[in-house]
Amino acid sequence: MTRTSDLSELQSIARTVRRDIIEMIGAAKSGHPGGSLSAVEILVTLYFDVMKHDPANPTWPLRDRFILSKGHAAPVLYSVLAETGYTPKDQLNTLRRIGSIYQGHPDRRFIPALEASTGSLGVGLSLGLGMAEAAKLDKSPSRTYVVLGDGEIQEGQIWEAAMYGGFHKVDNIVAILDNNRLQLDGWVKDIMGIEPLADKWAAFGWHVIEVDGHDFVALQAAFAEAEATKGKPSILIAHTVKGKGVSFMENNPKYHGVAPTKEEVELALKEIG
Amino acid sequence: MAAKYELKLGAATREAFGKALVELGKENENVVVCDADLSKSTFTHLFGKEFPERFFSCGIAEANMVSIGAGLASSGKIAFVASFSAFVLNKGFEQLRVNVAYSGIPLKVVGTHSGISIGEDGPSQMSVEDLSLACSLAGFTVLSPADEPSMFALVKQAAYHPGAVFIRAGRVKVPVIYGPEQKFVIGKGIQLTEGTDLTLISTGLMVAECLRAAEVLEAEGLSVRVIDLHKVKPLDRELIAKAAAETGCIVVAEEHLVDSGLGVRVAQVVTETSPCVMEFHGVNDTYAESGLPEEVLVKYKMTGADVAVTARRAFGRKK
Repeated sequence: MTRTSDLSELQSIARTVRRDIIEMIGAAKSGHPGGSLSAVEILVTLYFDVMKHDPANPTWPLRDRFILSKGHAAPVLYSVLAETGYTPKDQLNTLRRIGSIYQGHPDRRFIPALEASTGSLGVGLSLGLGMAEAAKLDKSPSRTYVVLGDGEIQEGQIWEAAMYGGFHKVDNIVAILDNNRLQLDGWVKDIMGIEPLADKWAAFGWHVIEVDGHDFVALQAAFAEAEATKGKPSILIAHTVKGKGVSFMENNPKYHGVAPTKEEVELALKEIG
Repeated sequence: MAAKYELKLGAATREAFGKALVELGKENENVVVCDADLSKSTFTHLFGKEFPERFFSCGIAEANMVSIGAGLASSGKIAFVASFSAFVLNKGFEQLRVNVAYSGIPLKVVGTHSGISIGEDGPSQMSVEDLSLACSLAGFTVLSPADEPSMFALVKQAAYHPGAVFIRAGRVKVPVIYGPEQKFVIGKGIQLTEGTDLTLISTGLMVAECLRAAEVLEAEGLSVRVIDLHKVKPLDRELIAKAAAETGCIVVAEEHLVDSGLGVRVAQVVTETSPCVMEFHGVNDTYAESGLPEEVLVKYKMTGADVAVTARRAFGRKK
């Protein structure tokens, strides 16, 4: 796989990933484009630059762990796994079809390189804490990264995990909150407000880093700051735009869980370039 | 009845679990334990005292505990999570389903204070549906040992079992059934007595009650087979089919809701192999109440004498 810290290369990869997302959800005629597009820069930064991992050796014990706790954003993860060489790129358009390794939500029975099968919201951060604790016990440098949805943190288990991480000083885990401000039924602030986000996580003992979730340079700096932070876990509150990169999907709750039509796919691909 | 069982009280199965954990911890540094503020009741505190760096205190947050255990197990640890059966299964069920069963993670889950024999604390803490819940988790192995030696041996085996395991333990001291020479194998039930007229099948503390029932029935001239199915899932089909064919009459007794526990599972095997007369003895679609454990067991008909009543009824139908 290509590893790169170069801004223009990362931007080019992000374009490819966005195209993959639109094409595979378009082909599947169902799926979650909005929350996949909002997390593109986060996953690209992690998989191509920040995380230590090896697609040729997915069970390398010292690898960093990644959990997509907001499992409905599976397309962005599938694209990144394919673009890094874990899984076949030419099967991406079998998303959600019977027998496909690209299941509706990430399923490690079909893709062993996945650290977790996710899709039921709220459980991924706790799972990541277990992996982080195991790494500490083994004195392994392995770090654990967990991407959470903003709607997802309405789940109570997230706060059990937040309490655990802060109390036990699990400083080898990083949560990334994809704060795109929309959930299925509408704006997060109207369904069940989650603010003040930074204050809440800080109160639970986490090091909070607010970052533009579409700015590679800012994300790189934020992950470096998280790694340098000892004695407490870190959370990146990544301010993002749901549907980012496709104008008619941006900030539009309709595209939380609705696939683009054939015409919309063409329009979107033209825009992404 | 070929063998006579002298039923002397031994330790509670939860205590045997705690002691087995310590031994496991000594022999394998990969063993880790999570608890949710009940370590003194689940006896995981014995492990915590011995191996504090491998003991994860999760606070009163069972869902988080189960997922953390799954994370530890998926990173190669032999991870145990423990709480009262009612809490770890009911509050942690979604996590057991998604992070453990569906994800194929070999977590070891132990529920103590199962059944109605916990007594004074009452129904909010009593788990009468845990076998049902645990058995509904695809791929899980479900164990329900009857006494101190079998719990000790099976916990140690469960640690090295390749898949996810749920182990049901009890609060109260229970009679010792097995001697030191007894071998336990995950997957094999144990036939405790020979018998040709009818078979009593049970698990957990009801095994001792079935032995008591058998003694009463033998005195009345019946030849009674008693089977301990310490493995509730998957079942020892061979042993069940043989009992069905050879005795033609089976009573299943359990400290669990009778409509969804061991009995219906045994009935499935009997129906598929050698259909015979069956009756089911357990908690009948209700929640029990506070009281001394022995009082609660008597009131809700969980004694050998009660099992004998059901057995006579079943045997009557056989004729």
